[in-house]
Amino acid sequence: MEVLNEFLRTKGIYSLVMILFFLGIYGMVLAKNYMKKLMAMNVMQVAVIYFYLCFAQKDGAMVPVLDGITNNPNAYINPLPHGLMLTAIVVSLGTTGVALALLMRIKEIYGSVEEVEVLRRASK
Amino acid sequence: MMQHAPLFIVLLPVSAALLCMLFSRIQKNLGSWIVIGSIVAAFMSAVTVLQQVIADGGKPIHYWMGSWQPPLGIEFVIDPISGVLAVLITFISLLGSLYSLPFVKDEGWLHIGGYYTLYGLMTVGMCGMVITGDVFNLYVFLEVMSLSGYGLIAIGGKKSMLAAFRYLLIGTIGASLYLLGVGYMYALTGTLNMADMAVRAAAFLNYPLFALALACFVIGFGIKMALFPLHGWQPDAYNYAHPGSAAFIAGCMSKVPAYAMIRFLFFMFGVDTPVVKAALDVLGILGVAGILLGSIMALAQYDFRRMLAYSSVAQIGYIAIGLAMGNLYGFIGAVLHIINHAFMKSALFFVIGGIQYRFGEVNIYRLGGMNKKVAISSITVTLAALSMIGIPPTGGFFSKWYLLLGAYTGAQYFYIGVLVISSLLNAIYFFRILEQMFVQREASLTEVHRHKGKLGLPFPMALPIAVTGIGIVALGFYSVDIVTDIIKLGLPEVLLK
Repeated sequence: MEVLNEFLRTKGIYSLVMILFFLGIYGMVLAKNYMKKLMAMNVMQVAVIYFYLCFAQKDGAMVPVLDGITNNPNAYINPLPHGLMLTAIVVSLGTTGVALALLMRIKEIYGSVEEVEVLRRASK
Repeated sequence: MMQHAPLFIVLLPVSAALLCMLFSRIQKNLGSWIVIGSIVAAFMSAVTVLQQVIADGGKPIHYWMGSWQPPLGIEFVIDPISGVLAVLITFISLLGSLYSLPFVKDEGWLHIGGYYTLYGLMTVGMCGMVITGDVFNLYVFLEVMSLSGYGLIAIGGKKSMLAAFRYLLIGTIGASLYLLGVGYMYALTGTLNMADMAVRAAAFLNYPLFALALACFVIGFGIKMALFPLHGWQPDAYNYAHPGSAAFIAGCMSKVPAYAMIRFLFFMFGVDTPVVKAALDVLGILGVAGILLGSIMALAQYDFRRMLAYSSVAQIGYIAIGLAMGNLYGFIGAVLHIINHAFMKSALFFVIGGIQYRFGEVNIYRLGGMNKKVAISSITVTLAALSMIGIPPTGGFFSKWYLLLGAYTGAQYFYIGVLVISSLLNAIYFFRILEQMFVQREASLTEVHRHKGKLGLPFPMALPIAVTGIGIVALGFYSVDIVTDIIKLGLPEVLLK
């Protein structure tokens, strides 16, 4: 029990994040539908975002806004990973947008977003 | 004004690209000319900056965004190698942007504006990736380059949608892995600035987490540069990309991540670390496999563009084994090959794009008698083919020569054998084309776009073809100057010991 608690306390969240990341890749490889592949891609991107947020977390620290009480940096959480992830979220939004636009065109041209069907019609 | 030149390399094309749609709405060709003008300006600022770096004896120029000092602020660093790559990218981009004009001239304003917006943004992404000094900034530029690349591939026609979508899925895995690696390195070192990270990472180079981060970087960039087992997206993407931008995509898009990988392996972490050595061994094995299988697959293709795409897999293999040697000559060979290959591959894609524009034909076995129809293109193909095979005085000979020297000094004789075999395979699949073009009787082709006159193609298309043809020979003649005056000034410290 002690070992399990120690594991969960130190590595637990990172293990979960990594499981989420590889679930995303697993879905992208194995899903037979392009829309599902795209959703799996989003899961993967969210896993990376979670990862950054997890290591930015600090026990007993507060929002990084100077409150006039203390100037000690240890009293605040690190805002940089959150800032970086705002950019990463925007990037993932852009990627998803482009992907959805492409999927719409694929649906228009091939009449389906099932991989087998699209590849069959594309090879004709 | 002059001290802001590094910023202009990125700032001018990005502003022009974002304004392009607006100007295209006013007058449909105005947007394209603004983007082309901004690329000219970016090219000139890149040349100025490079000159300045060389005049200072290779001392890198640091540009601090908004005067925020690193490691807090974002900086642009231009050392001799990134400077020469910025010049290369803007130059090829300029040629490609002129070359695209006839392809889009009959389209509406939306198409022209969209095309040039994406084209300008892709130039921005590539230039930003080579000159940035911040690892997260590199991720942003990587995504700018990739997203506009997906667009430019998708704009090529019906079949290109599928190619672009699959590239998007695979490319996003690469970018996410890179971002994960950045996260690990940030957690280890607490900094995002490359120079600062290099200093602070020295204490952690034997940590397992560092090995994990490095694996993420190698796989992430490997996907983006189409290293051998990760190249699955590349043939379709190059094949179906818009013919106007295919040359720029094929010439530069896979080289820029290769340079980013050089930055990480050689400049930041140093190749004398055991983990990095292991990564280089992996790169070497993948490079050899890529050279052999890429060349063999190229032999099996009927479609000129697909053959060039597989040949790119092989050429990326050259760069990978040059890095894997981990010594001075191998490194010079790899950097020189990045430059040479950008010219060769762009030249070949310019030529096939021209033939596709005029005759609508890309099958290798239907190119008989091309030397009479498009004379300049057939000369450029000959030069590029000689350069690919590695025959002096073309540029390709000298990069292969440095790779051979590197393999010899590192006593890695296996690589010499691979280089020789691959040159022979290159000779087979390029002489097949030369035979078709010069010896076979004329194929009966219908002209899609009629063109009379000596050039055989509209002037904006003939000019890039001629310039890249001359460039391939010039790179050969001036290769000594490029190596001694530019690359040797910017060698990573780890190779000088």
